[in-house]
Amino acid sequence: MKRLREHFHVLQTTLRRLWLTPGASLLNMTIIGIALSLPVGAYVLLKSVQQLASTVADAPQISAFLDAGKRDTELSALKEKLEGIERIAKVEFVSRDAALQQLQQSTGVSDMIGDLPHNPLPDTFIIYPKVTDTAAMEALFQELQSWKQFDHVQLDSAWIKKLDALLNLGRLATAILATSLSLALIAITFNTIRLQILTRRDEIEVTKLIGASDSFIRRPFLYFGLLQGLTGGFVAWLLVSASLWLLNGSLVNLTQLYASDFLLHPLSWPDSLALFVFSGYLGWLGAWFSVSQHLWQIEPR
Amino acid sequence: MIRFGQVYKRYPGGHEALQDVSFDIAKGEMVYLTGHSGAGKSTLLKLVAAIERPTSGSVLIDGHNIRAIKREAIPALRRNIGLIFQDHKLLFDRNAFDNVILPLQISGFDHREAAKRVRAALDKVGLLSREKANPIALSGGEQQRLCIARAIVTRPDILLADEPTGNLDADYSSEILNIFKSFHQVGVTLLISTHDQSVLQRFPARALHLDHGVLQQGTAA
Repeated sequence: MKRLREHFHVLQTTLRRLWLTPGASLLNMTIIGIALSLPVGAYVLLKSVQQLASTVADAPQISAFLDAGKRDTELSALKEKLEGIERIAKVEFVSRDAALQQLQQSTGVSDMIGDLPHNPLPDTFIIYPKVTDTAAMEALFQELQSWKQFDHVQLDSAWIKKLDALLNLGRLATAILATSLSLALIAITFNTIRLQILTRRDEIEVTKLIGASDSFIRRPFLYFGLLQGLTGGFVAWLLVSASLWLLNGSLVNLTQLYASDFLLHPLSWPDSLALFVFSGYLGWLGAWFSVSQHLWQIEPR
Repeated sequence: MIRFGQVYKRYPGGHEALQDVSFDIAKGEMVYLTGHSGAGKSTLLKLVAAIERPTSGSVLIDGHNIRAIKREAIPALRRNIGLIFQDHKLLFDRNAFDNVILPLQISGFDHREAAKRVRAALDKVGLLSREKANPIALSGGEQQRLCIARAIVTRPDILLADEPTGNLDADYSSEILNIFKSFHQVGVTLLISTHDQSVLQRFPARALHLDHGVLQQGTAA
């Protein structure tokens, strides 16, 4: 109870100190907020793209396009032959009429298609392989390509791999950005606390003389770092949320043209909570480094 | 309460501030520490408050040896010692009341209980009506009394005063010595350094006389 009261008192005085220097406090919070909003924004972007990618395709597939004018018997024989292959899990036939219908439904190009003199789309087999590793997929793909019944064979996993690689690159870039800007946050707090310690040198010296323990002297600085980090995190949250809201407004117009419902997802509650905990912790850490670096230098003489 | 045994204090550079100083101050005693400036009075007080450590010899404060005391144990020791400084060491970013309450905040007092004690201490030194004043607005004598209020608010067993009447005229210094005497009467151990011989004549008590870091014979009894 006594400890709790002490902590509450420190929290009060720290808040008052933040309040008494609104200019410096706001400036620091904004700097921290901007620094944090960059990796957080990149994270949100990546997460949205990743989600889009996973809805588009979860398993790799091979599309085999046929020459026009195949008869039904030929088609069913070919399907049986494909299903007979050990490495193939499932074969799906999409007729050219069905494909045209699908295209008309899914995009806003129905007017254009209606103007076409005849259906330009081929009959297609969509082949789901049992194997998933790249080498086996490639082998199957090569084999199907050599069949003369097919006009063109396409391995649909290729672009997903490219996207995956790109996403990985983005993830790495975000991690680097997050790490360096976290260090920046620690450095900002370190410096703020250093200046505070210098300006409150007399007070520290006197409190030491009248019997304050190290932890008593350290506490207000640690609270200050924690609060500054936390408010910086909140500023970052506001910046990212506002940017997403603005971007999504324009994205709606853009994605409608592509018949997609792609939107940037706002920060989830767990993600927001993680942001606050992390920013608060970094502020605390910066203050801790600063205090342990500078406080011992102030000894009463 | 305070026991020095063959204490030497040598500063880097070879200056011997104290040489072979031995004395004993019993609990509840009031003792003056006299000598010219530079005789080692401040150094001696710093050893008692564990601000500095002796080069050799033993300094025992209420059973704790300052020479060997752990850093972490110093705050608890100091909480039992009221320090009165010549330059007051008041904080000008807060009012008189908040200056005096600081030691109680350090000890973790309940605010209401602390406020009562602060007012009692301010009343004792005659500054109750100035509790809202910033120390910078107080006169030299008032600042000294505020410093005393801060030193006594935790009701320590030992009071150390470094030239408490240093820059004050006779009236002010009598006032302050009367305050000290009242603490002596309630059993506080007092060690007061002064270069002002008239103080000893007006308020006689045992005196330790330092000369160039050496305790003069006959005063150590």
